[in-house]
Order: sequence, then structure tokens, then C-alpha cells
Amino acid sequence: MEVVRLARETDFDGWRQAARALRNRRVPPESALWTVDGQASLFGGRSPSEIAAEPADASEATGGRFTAPKAFVDVATKVVLHRSDERFALLYRVLWRLQDQPSLMHIASDPDVAQLRGFAGEVSRAAHKMKAFVRFREITDEDGEAYVAWFEPAHRVAEATAPFFVRRFANMRFSILTPDVCVHWDLAALAFTPGADPADAPAGDALEDYWRTYYASIFNPARLKVDAMQKEMPKRYWRNLPEAALIPELIAQAQGRTDTMVRQAPSEPSRRVVKAAVRNSRDAPWEGQATTTLDEVAAGVDHCRRCDLWRDATQGVAGEGPGQAKLLFVGEQPGDQEDLAGKPFVGPAGQMFDRALAEAGVPRAETYVTNAVKHFKHELRGKRRIHQTPNAGEVTACRWWLDAERRIIRPRVVVALGATAGLAVLGKPTPIGKVRGQAMPLSGQAQAVVTYHPAYLLRVPDAAAKAEAYARFVEDLRLAWRLAA
Amino acid sequence: MATLTLKRKLAILSDAAKYDASCASSGSSKRDSMGGKGMGSTDGGMGICHAYAPDGRCISLLKILLTNFCVYDCAYCVNRVSSNTPRARFSVEEVVDLTLGFYRRNYIEGLFLSSGIIRSADYTMESMVRVARTLRETHDFRGYIHLKVIPEASPTLVEQAGLYADRVSINIELPKDDSLAALAPEKDATGIKKAMGAVRVSEEASKEKGRKARPPKFAPAGQSTQMIVGADDATDGAILKRSEGLYGAYRLRRVYYSAFSPIPDSTARLPLARPPLIREHRLYQADWLMRFYGFDRAEIIGETEDLDLTVDPKMAWALRNRGEFPMDVNVADRERLLRVPGRGVRAVDRILDVRRFKRLELADVKRLSRGIEKLKPFLVCADWSPGALTDSAGLPERVRPKQLELF
Repeated sequence: MEVVRLARETDFDGWRQAARALRNRRVPPESALWTVDGQASLFGGRSPSEIAAEPADASEATGGRFTAPKAFVDVATKVVLHRSDERFALLYRVLWRLQDQPSLMHIASDPDVAQLRGFAGEVSRAAHKMKAFVRFREITDEDGEAYVAWFEPAHRVAEATAPFFVRRFANMRFSILTPDVCVHWDLAALAFTPGADPADAPAGDALEDYWRTYYASIFNPARLKVDAMQKEMPKRYWRNLPEAALIPELIAQAQGRTDTMVRQAPSEPSRRVVKAAVRNSRDAPWEGQATTTLDEVAAGVDHCRRCDLWRDATQGVAGEGPGQAKLLFVGEQPGDQEDLAGKPFVGPAGQMFDRALAEAGVPRAETYVTNAVKHFKHELRGKRRIHQTPNAGEVTACRWWLDAERRIIRPRVVVALGATAGLAVLGKPTPIGKVRGQAMPLSGQAQAVVTYHPAYLLRVPDAAAKAEAYARFVEDLRLAWRLAA
Repeated sequence: MATLTLKRKLAILSDAAKYDASCASSGSSKRDSMGGKGMGSTDGGMGICHAYAPDGRCISLLKILLTNFCVYDCAYCVNRVSSNTPRARFSVEEVVDLTLGFYRRNYIEGLFLSSGIIRSADYTMESMVRVARTLRETHDFRGYIHLKVIPEASPTLVEQAGLYADRVSINIELPKDDSLAALAPEKDATGIKKAMGAVRVSEEASKEKGRKARPPKFAPAGQSTQMIVGADDATDGAILKRSEGLYGAYRLRRVYYSAFSPIPDSTARLPLARPPLIREHRLYQADWLMRFYGFDRAEIIGETEDLDLTVDPKMAWALRNRGEFPMDVNVADRERLLRVPGRGVRAVDRILDVRRFKRLELADVKRLSRGIEKLKPFLVCADWSPGALTDSAGLPERVRPKQLELF
């Protein structure tokens, strides 16, 4: 039995020197025992240089030279950093087998090669995690500010990973203290000192509180995946990560926070925001351009975002009729049918309107028919969309379009059908009962007539009252037609 | 209004940023701080995740908004103008100081800066560019910077963003243009696509060969985008079709899928439910198949279909195309081996390497793969043939996970 006593846990050069000598002397893997100085003095053993000094077996002499594939050397430099006590023996075994099987390193499915690659992978991962999980703390010494970290790597990667930190922080003095070795950068050269103790590192850093704030805030409690986190940030690293102290609490609260978000009724926007939005949309010109044709109005209405009603509507419904009409009818808003058809007054109220027009002797085709509000305002009840009266803000927002239609058509008479239309045409709330049946002056030598909305006529419950309202409605239509003639 | 402390601002503006899935710091050019005045390095390949939150997501960058004040009213967004979420705004210096302070302590790889739209798209974009410029020029910061691009911003500002940033991104937000119009009234799908196109043009111009004065590098880590899954009624097929189109048209590095997550102070117009995380996971798997495994979108899923949530899309393809199997691991070419379920690109490459020296047996394949049981019906090795197993009626049951992964 040959016992090799290596100088350090990561003594790759010593291992290579001894392994080369042992292989030259044809010492089989099972007859070599690999120890590290100080660890196994009871075995005695010899240092690599002592082993190398002994001449090789003359009959098997190869001149002390043989080659190993680069793939093996690359893997071996990593594997010596592994914490497994098996590593040196495993490396020697593979080196031994390479004599007869030069392609061995390519056979990733071989158990020895698989283990070797497994070790190398774990070492690479430990180095990667060191790059990720070292946390520096600021200190001030006689030379000014410097940064110190305490870190416990999974394998002995501190020395090999130090150049990464130098490249990253070339202009910053830092030390990384680990139980195995300590790394120091003084802006000029790297230095290594023996392993240290957590007490040698600073206890905290003012910015850690900010980092913890960030960590807690960037976490989305609705997506809790503790296993995924722990796979990439194993618990063994937690004690040196300032943010990890928050993890149990964040996990514990996640379910409750999510439930609250899911359960919480959607909130209404603050009144300040709503008012500002209404003001902005009402005051904003539509793409800065006043419309000059009815086609432009129709296109504009369809894309209008001056109030929120477009969201739930199928489309914006502009008016319909000849561009030179003398009579302009203004209704309230499109209904369910109008919203689908894209034309005004085609539903039940439209039919009532057509009947009354015919009775009053007014040809609809010679008039222009539109609405005060161009999108259908409604609420859903079951599967039905139920009409809702537009509010003053929506009427005001949509006046932009009504004004454009009036400006382009220049009608002599504008008939407001119902209270909403009255508000839009006259600019103020108007009691229909009081002002109906009379001509009222409008700007630009036009006149206004205010009357019932045809839908109102459908809703009057009492048959006699209904007939009477209908008669007045027809009378008002006649008046308007006469005024327009 | 009371002045907010920096810590409070950080809490508000990182909370507001967490719905953006991307935190990658990969794929940029290789550089370090040697010979400079400042700090920072990127190794060109994969990035580094400095921490993981309990949601399993990587924390690589300081991902924050410059401000969460916003004049837009995107229904899915916690920062929409009509939301009652607390508001804050960083100064340029505050973002720069936080980035450098965090970087120096090795908490992060760099900065991912986004912003709500204040005043105008140009005003906002200009402030974001100023942060990046200050980091790069004043502090010689050589770490990673990802800037969100506001599609409505002027081309000059987008160009500048690309000069300072490693990666730029413009979110497509939703799989369908009409859902975008419906949920994000101020956003314009055409405008977003135009902006992505402009980034591609700048990116390619900076890489043009044979020019004497080569223009400076433009976003060396390319551009990415994000699509919200589950906020509208788009099928998985429609989502992947859109990704396919985006990858093709704008050469995106990544499309991120973000399961729509309930947000505090949400609107009634969106589903208030737990995010569809398994669906998101399956979309990523399908996306991977399109990018690295040589699958066409149409092979994975039809436009009107949804992915099978119970089994991964590669397995689903294998079950539908059993005529392709079993495959002989000792004979089949790389392209076909990549189609065997349960095996990654690396395992396939290892098999090809080993194959040059010995015939693989089942035990060899087992050592090169994560699990062998689900693979067995699809493989032929030196000492194994599945016989009738490949075509057996019970196969789907056999390979289906006993229980869905708990998310």
C-alpha cells in the first residue's frame, strides 16, 4: 500500500506529481491511499516529491512521461476542489483506466466518468453560486472604504473564483473570507490567507435594509413556488444571505395576501383621477382636428375615447341622413339594436318614431337623425343589455360630435327628443312638459323644439295618457317641419 | 403630500415592477472593469441570479420603475391611472445610487429600468435614457442594463437607449390586437410592432460587416418581449402563433409568458383568480421546442387549440406521432433524437459522443437521462426494445404524471 500525503486539500499539482510517479511504477488504484497533510498522520505516508524521487520500475519504464487527454485534465482541476474524500482516488482510478481506454473520457455513461463529471458539475455549480451569493459589507479602514464578505462555499472554490471578483470589482478593495481560505484584492494583486471565522467579518451594512425591502417587494405572493426557489438557492446558503431571513414570513403570508387580492372587490378609481380623466377627454380636441365632413364624423365616432362608454359598446353610432337636411332630430343614445346595426333609431323606439313621422307628414329621408351620445350605455342583466341613461359628463364629452354634425349640416330646426337631448342641444337641463310645443332660439339663426323621446311613448302605462302624449308628439313634429320649411 | 423616504419609494417602485417576468442578464458582450474607473462585468454567456424570491423567480437585476405614475389606463396593470395604488417617483440620481450601491455589494448584475408614462412618451424615455447614460458615462458602469422602450417614444431616443443598454424590450402585452385595444386603450399594437421593427433594424445595422466605421454596439443582448397569459380569451395556439411571428419578424431573443396574476386594486374587467401557472409552464416548454428542438409551431399545436396541461408538449407530440417511434439511440440522427420525450439537448449531444465509442445499452441511457421509465417506450438500445409497448393503448396513462406538479 502506497500512502500519499498531499500538502493541501486542493493540491492539484501534488496529486499530479504523485499520480504520474505511481502510474509509472504500475501501482494499481486499489493499492494507493490518498491523504492530506495533518488529516491522517496515523497513516504516515510520503509527500508527492518523495514519491517522485524514487525511480520508476525499470522493466515498465516509459521515461516518466505519458499523456492524458485534455478533457481529463480540465475535469481534474475542478474535481480536486470537491469536498468528497473520494476525489483523489477517483481521479487516479480514471487516470489508470485511460492507459487501456484512451477514449474513456468520451464515454459519459461509464460509472467512473459519470461520477467524475458529476463532481466537476457540482464544483462548477458551487463556483457559480459563490459568484451569486457573496454579499459584501462596507468597512472603512486607514486607506478608506473597502468591502468584506463572509462566505461558506459548498466546495473549495474560493481561490479559483477570486479572479471573477477581480474582473468585476477591479477598482474596489475587497476581501472574501471563507473557512477554507481568504481572498484579498488591494487594487494591484490578489493575496490568499488561511481560512477565517465568521466573527472576522463585519456584522452588517446600512444598505442591507434596502436590499431586503427590494427582495420582499419584488416577490409576487400569488405565484408561490418554494421548491423552485430552494432548488436554486439551497438552504445551506441562507445563513449568509441578508434577505433570506425574510423567507419564512413571506411564505407564511403569501396565501393570505393572495386570497385578499382575489376576494377584494375591484375598487373604484379615486375621484381625483376620474375628474381629471373626464376633464382631459372632454377638453381634448379629437386628434387636434375639427371634422369637416359627415364621413369624418362617422369614423371619429367609432374610435372615440372621450368617455368610457366605448368599452362595452360594439361600435360608435353616428347620425344618418342627407348633409343638407333642414331638420335635425337628436335622440338620447343608441340602444341594443342600434349598437348592433350601427344606425340610429332602428329598434322599437325607432319604429314608434317612424310611425309618428308618417302621421305628421315628415319624410324621414329628408331629415338627419342622430343621438346626443353615440355609444350604447347599458348594464347586463342576465344575458340582456339594459339601457342606462347617460350622465351629464358623457353628454358633455359627446357634444363634440353633435356640435360637429350641426356645424356641417346647418339645420334650420333642431328637435331634441327627450331630456338628455334637451340637455345636449340647449346646454342645460330642460323640463319637457313646460317647454314642449314651442320654438326656442338657438345660435346661428336656428331654432330648437323640445319634445318627448319616442321610447317614453312606449312606456306610458295608461292607454288614454299614452294616446294623448302621442298626439302631442305628432303635433310637435308638425311644428318642427313647418318651422324648417 | 408628505415626502416619501427612499426606502418607501423603493418598496413602491419595485412592487410595481414585479409583474414583468424578465430578469435575465444573459447573452451580452463580454467585458469587465479592468483598466476602467468603475465596476462591472458580464461574461457574455449566462447571467447570474443573485437571489431567488419564494415565487421561484430569479433576482438578477434591480428591477424597478422610474415612476409608477402613469397616464395610461391598461386594465391588467397595477399602475394604470385609475388604480388607487400608492405612487412614487425616483430621481435619476436615486436610481443611479441604488444601482451602484447594490452592485458594489454583489446583490445584482445590473439594472432593469421601466417606467409609467408621465407627461409624454418622449419625456419618460428621455429620463430613462439619462439614468443609463449617467451609469455608463459618469460612473463607467460596465454591468448589465435592460431598458424598457416606450413604443411611442421618438426613434432618436430608442436609438440612444440601445447604445447604453445591453437589452431593450417592448412588451407586446397581449396575444391579440383587439384585446390590446380593449384592455390597453392608449396602446397601439401597430405602434408596438413598428417599434420592435426599428430595434431590429438598429441592431442589424450595428452588426453590419465590411463597414469601415462600424457604428457602436446596439443592445448586444438583443430585444425581448412579454405576453400576458390568461387576461383575455386567446388560445395557447394563438399565443404561440403570435410568438412564432414575433421571433420571425423581429428576431426576439425571448418571449416571456406571464400568467395573469391578480393585482391589488384590480379592475372588474379581468379574471380575479389565481394565475394559471401550469399553463404558463407549458407555454414555455412549447416555446423551447420551437426555438431549440426544431419543432414547428403547427406540429405542436393548432391555432385554435390549447396545450394539454397534464403532459409536456414534447410527450404530447410523441403520443400523437407514435409512428416515429421507437427510435434507435445507436442509429437515429440528432434531429430525430431531439424529438424523444424526456431528453434535453445536452443529453442528446452526450449520447452522440458516447455512440462513437460504444453501443449504448439501457443502463448507459439511464445514466445520461433524468429518468428512464417514461423514455423506455420510445427507445431502442443494444439490449432493449419496447416491442408492442410503443403502440399500446395504455401508453398515455403510463407516461402521464400521477399527479400534476403542485405549483
